[in-house]
Amino acid sequence: MTEITNTVIEVLPRFEGYVYPNEAGPHPLWGFLIVLYPYITGLVAGAFIMASLVRVFKVRELEPVYRLALLTALSFLLCATLPLLFHLGHPERCLEIMMTPHFSSPMAMFGFVYAWYLMAVLLLELWFDYRQDFVRWAKVTPGLKGALYHALTVGVTDVSPAAVALDNKLGWILSIIGIPSAFLLHGYVGFIFGSIKANPWWGNVLMPIIFILSAVVSGIALCVFNYMVLTWIRRRPLDVRCLDAMGMFLFYALVVDAAVEGLDWLHRVYSAEEGFRVLQYMAREKLFYTLSIGQATIGTLLPVLLLGSLQLIRRSVPELVRKRMYFGSAFMVLVGVLAMRWNVVIGGQLFSKSLRGVMGYKLEFAGVEGWLMGAVLLSLPFIILTVCIKLFLSESLPVTEAAHAAGDPRLEPEEVVTT
Amino acid sequence: MKTGVSRRNVLGKLGAAFAGIMTATAAKTAKAAVQKVFVSSGAPKGYDPTKHKWLMAIDINKCIGCGLCVEACKKENNVPEGPFFRTWIERYVIPKPKPGSFTTRTEAIVDSPNGGMHGFPEPPVPVGEIEQSFFVPKLCNLCEHSPCVQVCPVGATFDTPDGAVLIDPNYCIGCGFCIQACPYGCRFLNPVTKTAEKCTLCYHRITRGLKPACVEVCPSEARIFGDLKNPVPDDPIKKFYENNRVQVLKPHLGTEPRVSYAGMDKEVR
Repeated sequence: MTEITNTVIEVLPRFEGYVYPNEAGPHPLWGFLIVLYPYITGLVAGAFIMASLVRVFKVRELEPVYRLALLTALSFLLCATLPLLFHLGHPERCLEIMMTPHFSSPMAMFGFVYAWYLMAVLLLELWFDYRQDFVRWAKVTPGLKGALYHALTVGVTDVSPAAVALDNKLGWILSIIGIPSAFLLHGYVGFIFGSIKANPWWGNVLMPIIFILSAVVSGIALCVFNYMVLTWIRRRPLDVRCLDAMGMFLFYALVVDAAVEGLDWLHRVYSAEEGFRVLQYMAREKLFYTLSIGQATIGTLLPVLLLGSLQLIRRSVPELVRKRMYFGSAFMVLVGVLAMRWNVVIGGQLFSKSLRGVMGYKLEFAGVEGWLMGAVLLSLPFIILTVCIKLFLSESLPVTEAAHAAGDPRLEPEEVVTT
Repeated sequence: MKTGVSRRNVLGKLGAAFAGIMTATAAKTAKAAVQKVFVSSGAPKGYDPTKHKWLMAIDINKCIGCGLCVEACKKENNVPEGPFFRTWIERYVIPKPKPGSFTTRTEAIVDSPNGGMHGFPEPPVPVGEIEQSFFVPKLCNLCEHSPCVQVCPVGATFDTPDGAVLIDPNYCIGCGFCIQACPYGCRFLNPVTKTAEKCTLCYHRITRGLKPACVEVCPSEARIFGDLKNPVPDDPIKKFYENNRVQVLKPHLGTEPRVSYAGMDKEVR
């Protein structure tokens, strides 16, 4: 053991000024994987809020993306814990977080918030929403796929109008519970960072709010992105009214998000508390590209200008240009929010808690914390989503008459195929 | 179509399954609480933590920066080479203010090459230009309100009744949250065991009546160690508090460190 533990690890100087000796390691403790964790979780929360706009707030224009938004939330939620798991020193002990939680730890609550959100909210809402379709699809689809639909009904095959109406009602109730749950899910992620008083970059009461708002922004942007890509792949016409509505919500969410983040900065600059100098240096030097360019310009300013101008002069902009502007804005927001997560997670570890020095960080290609792994983890939810779309948003599947009868709002005109 | 399986039925079963999971959780929590009593802390059989209250204090005026304590700690506790330290020494060099600058103090130049384990090189400014220079040994601050204990998701790090803050290496999941939460940079993730690690006051030694390794080797008695519940005649800890005005590190964070420093300058963080 002594021989192993005493192996000399060569440390290249990657810091300026003074950092505590334990901070002088070659990598920050929380690397790219922990950047992805709040990013993915935020996309889940945002996509769910997007779906709730249809269910709870009855925004009819958004109906074409209702199911897509829910499936997006599910696909990303299934992958949300992976970055955390891979980064643990002892992944095999991960279930201890749920089995023997330490209740004063914000991280310990994650297991419960996650389980609640996945099982009590999202899966149940999807099930109530899809049940009558499962019953129908199980009848018309042969083979394994049909068996799957049959299994997914969990034996509840009553599709009488009263039963379907009850499904809709329960789904609506779940949606209402889901909104605070989605806020809880991501607000809690913000609290993990916001509760660290040792770190002036993180320890901030606004952190959970900023996380929730940026989550809503990124989730709507992801829905715009997914919807446009899906219709493009399927060579289907886009519902421009739906796109306009998403663009509007994205714009307002972005404005609120930018306002609160601006307030955070204003407070930091004005109060200029201990550590402000090192934070200022970091924002100017170490995080210049991801903060000023990525988060502020690409992620906020440009989309606000694009989407804002569309709010004013939408009618005089040709449809094709509008579509491109929406797509561009959504993509920039997605990049910008990823940059924001980077700035929080990596930025918080680029200065010493002695407030006397700063560290550097170079994202590697390979390794658990490398960007290849990050790219794989970011692709995984899209792969799951593709499978989900093939199974549950398939163009070859009929949408139930029961849904029609109940005045179900989620029917896409192009999805109704006569059988 | 009516079937025997109703929504109520299914929801009931789901509820029962959820209740089952919660019960299992509660049972495991209780089991873990029991296990905690028998946690492997390195203490010998029969050691009663409620009969002691260990404490360390640092007299900055006495530290000569030799680094023996750092080396002793690394050897005693099998701390890996590299940027991993349970204790370390910082050197503060405060240059004289430039003539005509009308300032009383310039910012300190701080360093701790390899934790100060092999002493320190020549000072970064010529000796004639130094106004003050001193060494500050650092270790776990044994906070009354330890942020590291607060944030541990599984309770692997905990306060002992005798004043130490320990980590159960068989329980730590290696998430690093405690390392982020410690304002003093006292914790690190052991690259071999992949668990968090920090100063334990040499728990395996003090519970056998020995002093911590760093205290044992300190040639200038800059590190003062004692048991508040069992004071010896002419108790060093008692004397330390009688003779010095003391300060703690980062008091504004409200962690209430139990490790006090005598002769501390405002530059020390």
